Amino acid sequence: MSSTISSSLQEEDLWGGGNKPFKASYGKLMMWFFIVSDALTFSGFLVAYGFSRFKNIDSWPIADEVFTHFPFLHGVDAPMYYVALMTFILIFSSVTMVLAVDAGHHMDKKKVVFYMALTIVGGAIFVGSQAWEWNNFIRGEYGALETKGGQIYQFENLNSGKRVALKDFTISDPKLRSQHESKNGIWFTNESSLPSFTVEEVITGFKSNDDLIIKTEKIDEKGHKIRLSREESLVKIKQAKYVVEGANLIRNEYGNRLFADFFFFITGFHGFHVFSGVIINIIIFFNVLIGTYERRGHYEMVEKVGLYWHFVDLVWVFVFTFFYLV
Amino acid sequence: MDDNTHKLEIFRGLWKFKSNQHKIWGVLFFLSVVTIIEVALGIVKPEILMNTFLSTKLINWIFIILTLVKAYYIAWDFMHLRDEKSGLQASIVITLIFLIAYLVFILVVEGNYIYDVMYEGFVSWDF
Repeated sequence: MSSTISSSLQEEDLWGGGNKPFKASYGKLMMWFFIVSDALTFSGFLVAYGFSRFKNIDSWPIADEVFTHFPFLHGVDAPMYYVALMTFILIFSSVTMVLAVDAGHHMDKKKVVFYMALTIVGGAIFVGSQAWEWNNFIRGEYGALETKGGQIYQFENLNSGKRVALKDFTISDPKLRSQHESKNGIWFTNESSLPSFTVEEVITGFKSNDDLIIKTEKIDEKGHKIRLSREESLVKIKQAKYVVEGANLIRNEYGNRLFADFFFFITGFHGFHVFSGVIINIIIFFNVLIGTYERRGHYEMVEKVGLYWHFVDLVWVFVFTFFYLV
Repeated sequence: MDDNTHKLEIFRGLWKFKSNQHKIWGVLFFLSVVTIIEVALGIVKPEILMNTFLSTKLINWIFIILTLVKAYYIAWDFMHLRDEKSGLQASIVITLIFLIAYLVFILVVEGNYIYDVMYEGFVSWDF
């Protein structure tokens, strides 16, 4: 059973799986089958994203204005640097993976172990970075108002042109109601957490600060978000219906509701792939350690997980482009 | 697989390598350069690339082309498709290119159409 790799082709092997027109083993071909179908799943996600984006071409959030955080740099506007860093981490862990595959071809167990370990570390850092990114995205920084029609109003300072957070101009009125929890009433009813402010409080705060204006989600021909004048803002703010802080699957403070949904599904599905890739890498890593492939006589298993790992990197290249750059 | 089964050159032979390891580092260097260009363009956003070309900005076309270039080198050198038989290469790449191009065409055109309908319709979305 151990050696299905036949060097000389017998007549009876020809139709019994012995003939390998692609000069690739069964396992490797099946990995390629999986990769092709998984690539179609991801392209389904990304194309659906493109569909929604073209459908809302004049109001889609601008990624540079959403992903502005960098670890240890609070309040610094750093668009894209962090995702760029994540991209480098993933490409680098791809490189250590190829080096592990290459060492496997030379039956160099020590090097395979070393490079596999580096790959696992790189993958773990990437998953951690993604968790950090999600945390920032879900928590949000500024907060916004949503109208009845589902449009997002963000706030900006007229003079400095900088975004203003709700908490900077709104005074919370303590007499208002608190979140209803199941322990306080009928045991099966409760509600999700309330935003820090009510719509009325935000509107009052907005009216009393003369240098605040509304930044709408509409985009002009130059690709910038349209800002309203102070007078227009005072009229439009009456349409506000909800206070939105951060993001969830229903509404988000960045703009179109679909934006957060696609963020969660695409980066989440990719992050799940990275996570399972790390797990598979760990399994193979221990198999290398206990000498399974040394005894088998070849390190093809490392090559197969390598293919999967590179595929995850390949998908990230596309997610990076379509979610963060374009 | 011995070392001599690897094809040790990229850019159609412009850049040759002594061993497979060297090739891997060379490809990493190239991919890093492309990524740095992408990020730099995304931050600087040169005014001349902001013009619309084929229904999206010129800069977006550059991003898409650079992404495809990166995808090619990841698949060809990291996933060592370069060393596989041409039949295997074709059955992977052609399948994906045709299905994805079809999907993109259908959905992007449809999204654009729905935008027009919503924009030109008599329903207000701003309330």
